[in-house]
Amino acid sequence: MDRFRRNWLRFLAHFLSLLPMAKLAWDFSRNQLTANPIQEITLRTGDYSLILLVISLACTPAANLFKTKAVLNLRRPLGLYGFFYACWHLMNFIGLDYRFDFALLWDDVSAKAYIWVGVAALLLLVPAAMTSTRGWMRRLGKNWERLHWLVYPAALLSMLHFLLLVKADIRVPVLYGIIVALLLLLRMKWIKNTFARLRL
Amino acid sequence: MKKIKPSEITPEHLYLSRRQFITGVGALAASTLFLNACAAPQASPVGEEPADKPTPLDSVLNYNNYYEFTTSKDGIADLSRNLKITPWTVAVGGLVNKPQTFAIEDLLKKFPSEEHIYRLRCVEAWSMVIPWLGFPLANLLKEVAPTSEAKYVRFEALYDPEQMPGQESNLFDWPYVEGLRLDEAMNPLALLSNGLYGKALQPQNGAPLRLVVPWKYGFKNIKAIVKIDLVEEMPVSLWMAASPNEYGFYANVNPDVSHPRWSQSSERRIGEANRRKTLLFNGYADEVAPLYAGMDLKKNF
Repeated sequence: MDRFRRNWLRFLAHFLSLLPMAKLAWDFSRNQLTANPIQEITLRTGDYSLILLVISLACTPAANLFKTKAVLNLRRPLGLYGFFYACWHLMNFIGLDYRFDFALLWDDVSAKAYIWVGVAALLLLVPAAMTSTRGWMRRLGKNWERLHWLVYPAALLSMLHFLLLVKADIRVPVLYGIIVALLLLLRMKWIKNTFARLRL
Repeated sequence: MKKIKPSEITPEHLYLSRRQFITGVGALAASTLFLNACAAPQASPVGEEPADKPTPLDSVLNYNNYYEFTTSKDGIADLSRNLKITPWTVAVGGLVNKPQTFAIEDLLKKFPSEEHIYRLRCVEAWSMVIPWLGFPLANLLKEVAPTSEAKYVRFEALYDPEQMPGQESNLFDWPYVEGLRLDEAMNPLALLSNGLYGKALQPQNGAPLRLVVPWKYGFKNIKAIVKIDLVEEMPVSLWMAASPNEYGFYANVNPDVSHPRWSQSSERRIGEANRRKTLLFNGYADEVAPLYAGMDLKKNF
């Protein structure tokens, strides 16, 4: 119980991150993934990935704002879950939708910018995900933070990937983009300093 | 081209097969996620395609686009449930000798419906096979007798934001408008439809009257038609106005003409596990290719 009291925020992060998967499984079992379930899984896992990445990026500014270190512990699980859903998203597209038919896949999407933007976003996340352990933090020292800065361009590219795919209503991807840009601004030194001066 | 016979419809059985398909998808999802990727079947859609089978009614009723209600494909049935479709009139006019406004019941009495099973290919790269009830658009056009100046047919859908919440959005220039060249409209494949699977159209599918032009992308099939005008100039459709580089006037299904976001070379047939190769004119080339003889289909997309 003591352990739980210390870590309840982390338990909550795991619970909330796994909730979308439970929702997918539930809707799947009840045949409620629309008439086009393969595409629905791709769309949903993409959404989940974006949302988790954004929340993960919001942790540091939130910690500064609320003067609490506790939320900093959430960055790793949330970011890793975001990465997990992004991998699922890509595997679902290649494996389920295209049945690993790489010739067809190449014909269909190699000329589409959104594909390469999405692939770039995922590739940027790979080194961050692989070095998320304490051991790597220690080994990389100051460079660890530099490396994990990659999550920002990855998130922005993910937003662009989403934006390029939307048919008409671009409000949701633009909103995500604005949030990421704001989070990025909050981490800039002069803005942080201004906040500190204003004792916000 | 192979015509699909009405006798091939087996909706009950298809409900069941959809369940089996869903289960199969589950197994595959597990395999792609947790097992060696190479274990998945290497089924290629190139070459012989499996026979066309009507798409389960449940999918036809619950998966489509109808931005007048919502941009969510599976939310339309609920939102459109109470659409008032009686009384309903269709005004047919413009460059015609005998302009007429029909009450929907008179129109359907005058032009009896028959079953036509067509493929439907959405521009978003999914497709269905739907047993429509309808009559040839040509019959109605002959009735109103277009004048010699008439070159195009312009269709207009219901504009009623109180009933159609999606029309509150200013992303589009409502009402929905579509158009056909007169010779396209006179092609026997072009239908005005009032039903599917032997029953009256449901609001989400475009009740009480919609267009069906199976060799074109789905968005050409305007729903809830209230007005049909014969005109001299090429009409500007809602999608042409919204995104001219993505949606042209012709919108013929063509695997060789890429869309900015989809290549259009393959499609997901709803209810099937493998993708299919998309066919030129959605497989209706024998019937409609002569309409476009000598035209650059890449330019006239």
